[in-house]
Amino acid sequence: MKITLKIWRQKDSNSKGAFKTYVCDHVSPDMSFLEMLDVLNNDLIRKGEESIAFDHDCREGICGMCSLYINGHPHGPLQTTTCQLHMRSFKDGETITIEPWRAKAFPVVKDLVVDRSAFDRIQRSGGFISVNTGGVPDANEIPIPKKIADEAFDAATCIGCGACVAACKNASAMLFVSAKVSQFALLPQGKPERKERVEKMVAQMDEEGFGACTNTGACEAECPKGISITNIARMNREYFSAMTTSYEVAVGGGE
Amino acid sequence: MNWFITLFTSTLGRKLLMALTGLFLILFLLIHLIGNLQLLNDDGGRSFNVYAEFMSTNPLIQIVSKGNFFFILLHVGISIFLSIKNRSARGSERYAVTSGNKSTWSSRNMGILGTLVLVFLVIHLKDFWAAMHFTEMPKAMYDGVEYRDIYSVVALWFGKGWYVGLYVFCMTAVGFHLWHGFASAFQTLGLNHQKYNPMIMFVGRAFAIIVPALFAWIPLNMFFF
Repeated sequence: MKITLKIWRQKDSNSKGAFKTYVCDHVSPDMSFLEMLDVLNNDLIRKGEESIAFDHDCREGICGMCSLYINGHPHGPLQTTTCQLHMRSFKDGETITIEPWRAKAFPVVKDLVVDRSAFDRIQRSGGFISVNTGGVPDANEIPIPKKIADEAFDAATCIGCGACVAACKNASAMLFVSAKVSQFALLPQGKPERKERVEKMVAQMDEEGFGACTNTGACEAECPKGISITNIARMNREYFSAMTTSYEVAVGGGE
Repeated sequence: MNWFITLFTSTLGRKLLMALTGLFLILFLLIHLIGNLQLLNDDGGRSFNVYAEFMSTNPLIQIVSKGNFFFILLHVGISIFLSIKNRSARGSERYAVTSGNKSTWSSRNMGILGTLVLVFLVIHLKDFWAAMHFTEMPKAMYDGVEYRDIYSVVALWFGKGWYVGLYVFCMTAVGFHLWHGFASAFQTLGLNHQKYNPMIMFVGRAFAIIVPALFAWIPLNMFFF
C-alpha cells in the first residue's frame, strides 16, 4: 500500500506547530497503525531526521496511552484504540491526517504527544475508595446484583485515553469523569465517599478548564471502550443530589 | 450558602439552569400555541382578542410573564457564557480535519439555532407584544365591552408573504432547536432511565415537529385561505 501522511510536527509546548507530509511506499495492510509509524520513524532516523513523537505503551488496547486524531476521528475510523487499528482499514493511495488531541487542558508536549495529567489530577481528587487494612474479606460477602455489577464494570473499562475530550466539540471531559464517578457510585464499596467524590471530581474537572457537555453523544460514539453517556446523566444526578444534601465540609474536617 | 454558589457556578450547575429554563420555555411554547390556535376560529378574531386581553391583564399571567422574560434572558445569558467557555476549552489550535457525523446536526448547532430563535423573538416581540403594550391599538366591541383588536395587527402582518416566509423559516429553527433540546434537558437533569428514555425521545421529537408545524400553519392558513 502507498499511504501519504500529513502529520502535525511541533517542537515543544511553546513553539508553533505545522503539518509535514510524508509518503510511505511499502505499507502492509497487516501492520497496526503504530507499527506503520514505527517504520516511518526508522526511515527518518536513518535519514538523520528527527523522529515523530507519539504516545504508546501496551499496544493491547488496555493502557490508554495511545492517542492520535486520525482523519477527524480520535483513534481513527474504527471504535477502537489506535494500537488496535490496522492499515487494512485504509485504502491504497489514501492521505491520512494525524493530529494530536486538541484541548486547552491537554497541552501538546511534542508532535503528537499531549499532556493528559489533568485526568490524573481529577482521578486523584476522588476517584478511589478507602479500604481499611485487616483480614481478607470473604469473596461475595457483599451481595451485588449482577446487572449492577455489570453496569459498574462497564464504566470501569474506561482507560482514560481522552478520546472523549478529543471527540467533543466542547473538549468536555464529562464522559471520563462520569465513568469514574459511576463505577464507584453503583457499588456498596463506593458508598462512604459517594457524595464527596462527585463534588471533588467535578470541581477538579472545572478547575482543569474542560468544556461543558452539550449532549451531542460524539464521545460515546468515539470511545474505544464504548462507555455510555448514561454515565453522564448518572454523574449529573449524583452531583445535584450531593451538592444539595451533603454536609458542608470545612478544611480540616470541620468542628 | 457557599454550596449554593459553588453549585450554580460549576459547569454542571450552569447546565442545570439551561435545562430547567429550557423546559420552562417548552411549557410556555405549548401554552402560547393553544392561544394562537384561536386565530384559526372563523369569528373575525373575537376569540383571539378575548384571549389576548385576558393574557395581558390577568395579574397571575403578568407575574408568569415577567418570569418568562427572566428565564429567556437567563437561558441566553448562560448559553453565551458556556459557549465562550467551550470554545476556549478546545485551545488555541483547532483541528484541521473534523467529522461530526456521529452526532445529530441540531445537537452540534444549538448555538446557531438558538441565535436564529432569539432574532425571531426580538422581531416577534416588537411586532406583537410591544404593539399591544406600548402603542395605540384599534378597538373592537363584543357584547358592549371594548377589546384591543390585536387580531387586526396579526392579520396585517400575516398578509405579507415575506413575513409569513420568515415566520415559517424561524419555526423550522425552533423545531431543530427542540429536536435536540427537549431530550437533552432530561439528560442534563440526570433523568435518564432505560424504561423512560424511549418515551422522552418520542415525546421530544413529536413535540419538535408538531408544535412548530402548528405555529407555522397559522400564518400560512391566514395568508392562503
